[in-house]
Amino acid sequence: MKLWRTNFWRSFACAVLLFVVGVSLAANWLAPAGYAKQYRDAAGASPSHEHWLGTDEIGRDRFARVLYGTRISLLLAPAAALLSTLMAALVGGLGGYLGGRWARSAMAVTDLFLSLPWLFLLITVRALMPLNVSPLTSVLVTFLMLGLLGWTSAARVLCSTAGSLRESDFVRQARASGIRGARLFWIHVLPNLTPVLYAQFWISIPAFILSEANLGILGLGVAEPMPSWGSLLKELEGLVSVGEEPWKFVPLILLVVVVTSFQLVLAKQEEVAA
Amino acid sequence: MIRRQGRLAGMETSCRKVIVVSIVCLGILAGSALAQGELRFCLRSEPKTFDPLKVEDDASAAIRYLAGGVLLRMNRQTQALEPELAESWKVSKDGKQITFKLRTGISFSDGTPFSAEDVAYTVQQLMDPALHSPTGDAFRSGPGSVETKIISPGQISITFPSPVAGLDRQFDQVAILSAHSAKKEMAVLGPFMVADYKPGSTVLLKRNPNYWKSDAQGRKLPYLDSIRLDIQPNRDVEMLRFKRNEIDLINSLDSEYFDKLAATSPQLVHDAGPSLDSEQMWFNEVAKAPLPDYKKKWFRSATFRRAISGAINREDLSRVVFRGHAQPAVGPVSPANKFWFNSKLKAEGHSPDAALRALQGEGFHLENGALKDLEGNPVVFSIITNSGNKYRERMATMIQEDLQKIGIHVNVVTLDFPSLIERMTQTFDYEAILLGLTNVGLDPNEQMNVWLSSSENHQWNPQEKAPETAWEAEIDKLMRAQASSADSKKRKESFDRVQEIAVEQAPFIYLVNRNALSAVAATVQGSSPVILAPQTYWNVERLSVRDVKVASGPGY
Repeated sequence: MKLWRTNFWRSFACAVLLFVVGVSLAANWLAPAGYAKQYRDAAGASPSHEHWLGTDEIGRDRFARVLYGTRISLLLAPAAALLSTLMAALVGGLGGYLGGRWARSAMAVTDLFLSLPWLFLLITVRALMPLNVSPLTSVLVTFLMLGLLGWTSAARVLCSTAGSLRESDFVRQARASGIRGARLFWIHVLPNLTPVLYAQFWISIPAFILSEANLGILGLGVAEPMPSWGSLLKELEGLVSVGEEPWKFVPLILLVVVVTSFQLVLAKQEEVAA
Repeated sequence: MIRRQGRLAGMETSCRKVIVVSIVCLGILAGSALAQGELRFCLRSEPKTFDPLKVEDDASAAIRYLAGGVLLRMNRQTQALEPELAESWKVSKDGKQITFKLRTGISFSDGTPFSAEDVAYTVQQLMDPALHSPTGDAFRSGPGSVETKIISPGQISITFPSPVAGLDRQFDQVAILSAHSAKKEMAVLGPFMVADYKPGSTVLLKRNPNYWKSDAQGRKLPYLDSIRLDIQPNRDVEMLRFKRNEIDLINSLDSEYFDKLAATSPQLVHDAGPSLDSEQMWFNEVAKAPLPDYKKKWFRSATFRRAISGAINREDLSRVVFRGHAQPAVGPVSPANKFWFNSKLKAEGHSPDAALRALQGEGFHLENGALKDLEGNPVVFSIITNSGNKYRERMATMIQEDLQKIGIHVNVVTLDFPSLIERMTQTFDYEAILLGLTNVGLDPNEQMNVWLSSSENHQWNPQEKAPETAWEAEIDKLMRAQASSADSKKRKESFDRVQEIAVEQAPFIYLVNRNALSAVAATVQGSSPVILAPQTYWNVERLSVRDVKVASGPGY
């Protein structure tokens, strides 16, 4: 019964994620006017037949912005997660597998990155970026930065796992049989690291979605007029009452639903990794 | 007889009761008429100093206004200068000397008597180069020292080395210090004095027992017992505290909050009309800026700048971004500045077609919907604004769409304030900036640091060794002329021309003048918010707070 219930919620979470991704991919069809068009005579409007979730403060259709913002956040967060997982595999996995001073060096680099004040680093990087970048480039840069900076925790886990694999009996046996170097890593170590890599990948996705949202609130994320969940959540700043304009909470609800769905799916990945 | 006596005695007793009750009622009424109470509002930052001569931040300026006694005070409602500690004053024809006749019998909050010696001491401190007084800077019109001459304990003349434009008005900011008090700047002549200061938390001001003013009925001013200033940088929290009756005033209210409050409690909010503050954008015209030459050529062209100005829909900016609580800006001076505003100037209308025609006249052309210059470079530039300022971010996004209509692609960039300032003043690595300007004074001299081409705050091209354009040279000449004249008519003519040049050349593209919005709790009596700072408590000595115990909020 418990297993059935767990499977049901996982399936439900997968369905929710698929639905959200599907709907966001259909944004061009569902909201053909686009996310940037300003209906200035209907600025700050409540939900209506024309604007299902009302309009934002300068008259842009909130429904369209939620769809396009979801597309951006949901497509680029996995891309950033992939990048960070690869970085973690390269630094942590390889360092752990090679052991000795390589492992120590890998952990030293990881510790160095962990000690960096992320927020200030991102603010500095954003300030150093050329100004004339298109909104699309700014999106890519934001997620690239997240991917390049967000691998450290995963690297620690992978270093430790690769280290224990290196000392495991089956690897010793393989080594005794004459398999060495890249071949040993490729055939015996990497397949055993894969579940951990998967888990780290899935863990990173909601973390990056939230990071982008945080950066968006700080004005460091995706450039106007392109929407992202972060920029949509900025609308909640200064909202003094939940009951005033509940439709403004839709991006937040969506974020919670997606992150929760990822966590439910993730539970399965963690079991696989274990 | 006895019965009659008894009845009379009963009547007498009743009369006594009525009299007693009446006296008690009158006492209560009188008490409530004089009900003083405590006024509470928020400072948005920590006051950096209590020394009135060193004030350069808003929080310290608020305390100076509440505690400092000045010789002359500009009435924030009529914008006329009124006598305070000085009974009368006279400015010499050459604008170099001012003579004050002082009120007598006045004491500082600690009991030290006030005399011309204190004024002389204050002026000496104010003009001491070692003190670096920002207030003193307004009086530095030329090299040389300031001379003070005490004619009698109640009369003093102050002579400046060069004419100081609007000399008498500058004294609105000069709080008089005591020459003899051991308490130094904490001995004050204003209606309140600092009683307690908890860094990061509150500043408590108590009524100055020696304050010299009385109202028409002979009651001593101020009415209030105390003022509690809570240090609260977060505007959302300030708004919540106002809603919970924890504070009585919000001096400067956002248009969003204004509308939300107005929807439920219209009697609490006040829109005093356009303020002196403006929102503006400008292009980088610095010759050494790290920009491509073709972009420098665009930005240094008045036709290009005016075309951009014409393509921006200011009405929409006012209506949408500020929810109607702003007016399309006309030029460097807000219409709120009644005397100095050049009324011949009108706000530039929105005309993308005219803008496009003007650009085409300069060799720009549309190609597949994108505007390109004579050399075929697409017209693309970035507008930077400070992150976190939602109004500016929205304005930039609306300008982005307005300019898209004439084929110009704008990238909106939000940067943290230090990075923005570094680009604006050090590296000059920017194309256009959108920022606001807060004007605290009415006099054109307050804008000298913006208009003189040699000035650091000549933002589009700061610190020019010599004016790089003929119109900048003309502005320099006019600003110096108005600064060195004591004839207000001639000064007005000069400054009117400066405003005309500013509109013709558009070094700053003025966007909107925000309205002065404020909120005052129903318990505060005597408040009439105005456009000039401090908007809600400019007449603080005549404000009182009804002591109403409210169990819940006032029905928002």
